[in-house]
Amino acid sequence: MFRHPQTTPKGVETDDAIRVQLSVNGEPLDLDLPPWTSLLDLLRHRLALTGTKKGCDHGQCGACTVLVDGRRINSCLKLAVSLDGAEVTTIEGMAGEGGALHPLQDAFVRHDGFQCGYCTPGQICSAQGLLNEGHAQSREEIKELMSGNICRCGAYPNILDAIEDVLNDRVSEPRMPE
Amino acid sequence: MRRFSYSRPTEVSEALAEAGGEDVRFLAGGTNLVDLMKENVERPQHLVDITRLPLDRIEEIQSGLKIGALVLNSDLAHDPKVENRYPLLSLALLNGASPQLRNSATTGGNLLQRTRCYYFYDVATACNKRDPGAGCQAIGGLTRLHAILGASPHCIATHPSDMCVAMAALDAVVHVESATGTRTIPFEDFHRLPGDTPQRDTTLEPGELVTAVELPATRFDRHYTYLKLRDRQSYAFALVSVAAAMRLEDGVMTDVRLALGGVAHKPWRDRDAEALLSGKAPERALFSKAAEAILADAQGQGANDFKIELARRAIVRGLDQAARGTPQSVTDKRIA
Repeated sequence: MFRHPQTTPKGVETDDAIRVQLSVNGEPLDLDLPPWTSLLDLLRHRLALTGTKKGCDHGQCGACTVLVDGRRINSCLKLAVSLDGAEVTTIEGMAGEGGALHPLQDAFVRHDGFQCGYCTPGQICSAQGLLNEGHAQSREEIKELMSGNICRCGAYPNILDAIEDVLNDRVSEPRMPE
Repeated sequence: MRRFSYSRPTEVSEALAEAGGEDVRFLAGGTNLVDLMKENVERPQHLVDITRLPLDRIEEIQSGLKIGALVLNSDLAHDPKVENRYPLLSLALLNGASPQLRNSATTGGNLLQRTRCYYFYDVATACNKRDPGAGCQAIGGLTRLHAILGASPHCIATHPSDMCVAMAALDAVVHVESATGTRTIPFEDFHRLPGDTPQRDTTLEPGELVTAVELPATRFDRHYTYLKLRDRQSYAFALVSVAAAMRLEDGVMTDVRLALGGVAHKPWRDRDAEALLSGKAPERALFSKAAEAILADAQGQGANDFKIELARRAIVRGLDQAARGTPQSVTDKRIA
C-alpha cells in the first residue's frame, strides 16, 4: 500500500497525538493521530487511500461508507482514535488477488451502475455491508437498505440491478468471498 | 473542528470521574456529536470516549428488558427479544437514519441527539438553544420541520428521534449514573419542553451518564404500528410520526399507547387521549375524536401549518393500523 510519510500535521503538538492500532485492508498500522481526525480524513490524507470519497462530510450522502469489522459506517462521522484495534476495509481492499474485481465491482461494471462514479466506492462498500447483514431478500428491501447512499446522477435502477445480481448469486453460491 | 483532549476509560466509574465539566462531552457513536463539532455548535475541550464501557448488552431482568446505553441501533432493531416482544421499537428504529448510521449510533446517543432545526445548526443565526438569550430565528423563518405542539416563544424545535417515540409509547425507563449515585427517569420525564430554557433538551443533570433503557415486561406484539411521514420515503426526518400500540380483548381496546414524533420538543404522549380510547371498540370516528383532542392546542408557524392536518390523519391511520394488526411496512411505502 502506498502511504504518505507519517508527518505530524502543521501546528499540532506531538502531545496531542494518540497512538492507535488499526488494520486497514489487511495491513496492520501503528498511527499517531490527533483525536479530531475523522476516519475519512485519516484514509484520504494520511494513508492516501482516496477511493473513499468525501461528499457532504456530515453523514448525509454515504460517499464515505467503509466497513469497520465488517459493518458499514459513515467514515466522516467517526473519530479514528475511537476505532483503536478495529479492522477497516475500503474500496481499495475489495478487489481480489492480482486486481481481480470483487463480484460487486464486476456487477456494477456489467450493469452500468454509475455515471460520474463519485458515489460508487461508497455504494459498493455499503452493498457489501448489506450482504454481510443478511436482512435484504428482495429488490424492495435492497432499495430501503441502500437509502443511505445518494447517487446524484440517478443511477439507482442499475445500482439495484447490480446488487440484486450479486445477492441472488450469493443465495445460490454461498461460498462467495466477502 | 476545534481541538480537544481525549480519553477512553474502560470502567463507568472512570468515565464519571471525568464528567460534569461544562466543556466535557461523552462520545459514543459520534453520529450527531462529531457532526455538531464540525459545525462549531458543540465545542468541547475534552471528550470522554465511552465506547469501551461494559454497557453494550441487552439483558433479561425481572421487570422486563434492560438495554445497555451502548447497544447499537441496528443491533437493537434486530435483537430477537425486541423483535418478538416490542416489534414497535424495531420498526421505529428501522425507520430512523440509514443502515450506516444505525451501525454507529447507540441507544444512549439516540436519546441525547439534538434537534435538526436549521437555525440551531447554523452558527451564523440566532438560536436560544445554542446561545441562550440570543433569540430564535426559526420563528418567522423556514419552519417545515418545526413544532406544532408544546413550543414556546423561545424555541420551536422538534426532537428528531424515531426510537424515542416508540420508547415513550412503551413506558420505557432511563437509567442514569453519576459520581454520586444512580437514579431512574420515566421516559416522559426525560425529554422536556423548551419553555424559557430551550438549551436544556433533557432532565439529565451535569455529570450524569445514561447507562441503560429499561422496557417493562408488557409485550405489544400484535396491535401496533409505527407510521412515519416524511419528505422522501427513506432516510429523512419525520414531518409527523405515530407510534401506536394497544391490546384488543373481545373487540374492546385496552392499554392504548399513542406517541407522536416530529411535532414537539419531545416525543408527544397524550394520556387523556389514550384514556378516551380505552375500553371502547376501535372505530374511525373515535380515532378522529382522539386526534382532535390531541391537536386541540396545536399551533402552526405558517410553513408547517400542514402538519396539524397531517398529524390528525396520521393519528387516525396509525390507530387503525394498530387495531387491525397491520403495522406499516418499512419497505412497502404504500400506506394501508
